[in-house]
Amino acid sequence: MRVHEQDLEPLSVGAAILGAGGGGDPLIGKLMAQQAMAEHGAVELLDAADLEDEAVVFPVAMMGAPTVFLEKIPAGDETSLAVQRMERHLNQRVTALCPVECGGMNSMIPFVVAARMGLPVVDGDGMGRAFPELQMETFHVFGVSGTPACIADEWGNVVLFETVDNYRLESFARACTVKMGGYSHLVDYPMTGAQMKQSAVRGTISMCIQLGRALEDAKREHRNPVEAVLAATAGTLYGHGVRLFFGKVVDVSRRTRDGFAVGKAVLRGVEQDADREMTIEFQNENLVALVDGEVVATVPDIIALLDPETGLPVTNERLRYGQRAVVIGIPTPQIMRTDAALAVWGPRQFGYDVPFIPLEQKNAAFYRQVGVPKDKEHLLAAK
Amino acid sequence: MSYRLGIDVGGTNTDVVLLDGDNRVVAKRKRPDSSDIMTGIRDAVRAVLDDSGVDPVAISQAMLGTTQVTNAIIERRDLNDVAVVRLGAPATRAVQPLAGWPEDLRRRYQRFSYIVGGGHEFDGREIAPLDEKELTRIAREVKGQVGAVAISSVFSPVNAAHEERAAVIFREELGEDTPISLSHQIGSVGLLERENATVLNAAVSKVAKRATVSFQEALASIGIHANLYLAQNDGTLMSVEYALLYPILTIACGPTNSMRGAAYLTGLKDAMVVDVGGTSTDVGVLVHGFPRESFIAVEVGGVRTNFRMPDLFSIGLGGGSIVRDLDGDLQIGPDSVGYRIVEEGRCFGGSQTTFTDIAVALGRARVGTHPVTLPRNRAQAAYDLAIARVTEAIDRMKTSASAVPLILVGGGSVLLPDAFEGVSEVYRPDNYDVANAIGAAIAQVSGRVDRIFAMDHRSREEVLEEAQAIAFSEAIRAGADASTLEVVEMEEVPIAYLPGNAVRVKVTAAGTLASYERRGAKDSHARS
Repeated sequence: MRVHEQDLEPLSVGAAILGAGGGGDPLIGKLMAQQAMAEHGAVELLDAADLEDEAVVFPVAMMGAPTVFLEKIPAGDETSLAVQRMERHLNQRVTALCPVECGGMNSMIPFVVAARMGLPVVDGDGMGRAFPELQMETFHVFGVSGTPACIADEWGNVVLFETVDNYRLESFARACTVKMGGYSHLVDYPMTGAQMKQSAVRGTISMCIQLGRALEDAKREHRNPVEAVLAATAGTLYGHGVRLFFGKVVDVSRRTRDGFAVGKAVLRGVEQDADREMTIEFQNENLVALVDGEVVATVPDIIALLDPETGLPVTNERLRYGQRAVVIGIPTPQIMRTDAALAVWGPRQFGYDVPFIPLEQKNAAFYRQVGVPKDKEHLLAAK
Repeated sequence: MSYRLGIDVGGTNTDVVLLDGDNRVVAKRKRPDSSDIMTGIRDAVRAVLDDSGVDPVAISQAMLGTTQVTNAIIERRDLNDVAVVRLGAPATRAVQPLAGWPEDLRRRYQRFSYIVGGGHEFDGREIAPLDEKELTRIAREVKGQVGAVAISSVFSPVNAAHEERAAVIFREELGEDTPISLSHQIGSVGLLERENATVLNAAVSKVAKRATVSFQEALASIGIHANLYLAQNDGTLMSVEYALLYPILTIACGPTNSMRGAAYLTGLKDAMVVDVGGTSTDVGVLVHGFPRESFIAVEVGGVRTNFRMPDLFSIGLGGGSIVRDLDGDLQIGPDSVGYRIVEEGRCFGGSQTTFTDIAVALGRARVGTHPVTLPRNRAQAAYDLAIARVTEAIDRMKTSASAVPLILVGGGSVLLPDAFEGVSEVYRPDNYDVANAIGAAIAQVSGRVDRIFAMDHRSREEVLEEAQAIAFSEAIRAGADASTLEVVEMEEVPIAYLPGNAVRVKVTAAGTLASYERRGAKDSHARS
């Protein structure tokens, strides 16, 4: 499969849904990828299963503040420089790129570089959504070293990191990113095809395109856009999304803590959810959703707010009083829910003293009806 | 006694009000737009003078709110060729200027589009030194080829030095008569959208010049030699000289003027405003007497921009909205008979059932020349449907769950009831039908800042103080009397994924117009 210029719009919409309220506005990334594809052509999207075990895969991303990215647009060749520096360091030629995260703007970055360098992009990533830190990756969970890692800026400055663990990579690279002007262009977790096959969340790019296309089709055919998104999740590795709540935002509070936009949104239910109240706790991304005090979804499952009229995702930066939203949950693949994975990004890692309960268990009746992917059947058998 | 004229040129009507020294309405006039806008203004102003008997020389100030700039962009009429100059290389080359523009405009403007070394980081450091040699080369290349120049520098809302220096270089090469638009005067953080707005601003400079000149001439032809001001979309005024530099700021000033008029007519500073026209209803929010600003990128003529716009929720419901009863399924609007209501509406003897006719049939409003009889239950159902839509629009725009006061303005507001869910009290001021022209006439002058501040080594208070001082000096520059200045809006937005506590701060300050002599002196200083 090839990803063409016209696939980038639906990809950006799908990526914003998997961004779970965060991940940054994909607009500039999309325009960059469009310009790169207009100059260099479409990009091949590789199924992870088709990778050679010896393949050399580099995950690439933008690291830092999306707000700065919207103002200081990249030169365009920064990531290529980081990739080339990494090749020299490893004395290996890269065979494919992949996204570090598929949620938000970072879904776009691999396509900018891949178009310019004539490389394929692997259909899979290390987060399966958006997360804020470099160790929050399935690659990390599977023991892949985040380093050597490179970050680059528009001047061609490239900084190479060798750290003893992936947490230190996050901390050092973040500090250096501030000095580079608020964001940088990252290559980390260089790995083999075999490691990629073992540790990536697969099929995420094609899934994003599928979600975005579903919305386009629904608009053209005047069908309910939220239902269209939910229907499009069926048959993916994630499994069917579930409608959690329909309400109106009645309160939003946010503040900055250590570079995170931390806060919560309260929605008062309408229609079938009248007389109920949902609270969503977020730290850049939505992390915990409660209805009348009861937890209905938590990280790593995806909690996304969709505009009921357009089905388009509403990011936390734009949340405000009066906004109507359908809150949906998209269950994440099992690879993101192992004990080892939850020790990196479970609700407790973000400071919420609640256990992770899979959406399939919380909504067992619904999932018995719509079904779950094969590797999740045990979740329904339990009760 | 000295008087002020407020003029609002809208989509269907030109409204004129004459205010006395105490801002009381002495005379008002509403007339349908003619094809020649200036003739329309002249006739309406003359009528107001005749009605009031006021001597034209007694009018000291005239304020104009107009849609002409907006229309020029939408209709692609009389636009300038523009040199599009971005300061940011080596950064920003990954997305060229004009990305995402409608094809016709992009093709036209990309001919003279450049990315030059310069720009700043979020914390004010230089990305690169300004490439003055390249700017001089470009200036010579475009000389005689373009009617205006648009300059946008990365993070110019943080540091405008490069934009200002580049303007000097272009002015040296192109002379004083080529308008130069600087992005930091027009938009906020978000390079592409700010650059887009700046290019549009440069593109309409010819239109703006013609409009202001003919405005001056129209008034002069009936003996009015007042100081002239144009209304901006944030509810404040700019001098004619300033409007020639930043005409894009007049876009969407109409709804803003209505809201400012509503604030003035009721004395309320914090309230919702519902403005009902012939085809649509705008719902907005007054915060400290000014319209709340929109956060979302606004498209103008298909171009995405981020300059300040009032945050409005509009619904396709107005006095002329057509009501249909399709097998029991009621529909109101969005199509409207507009100003033809006086021929086509039932209450004027026509055959179309409009929202106005529904209200007349129910005895809720007295409009027109003919009685309207409709089945009571269907009329009531249609009316309830319309009010439910207004109520939902009000609810969407509210900033808190508590009940708030609501001001009804616009000619169609007589159709609405005296109570809404979630509203504490409904105000119906006198002269509600010309609130927009009044809003233009009583407008203040403002200054603003919208920047990212790095907080390291500084307290939050120090940053906010600095932001406020900048807003005050901008307001004084725009012509405000320093002793009347106050902060009307202050907002802090944290920057996600960026450690080191950077914060985006927006401050707006406003005050009354200083006397002309003082303002004139400041203005020429500001332009030097």
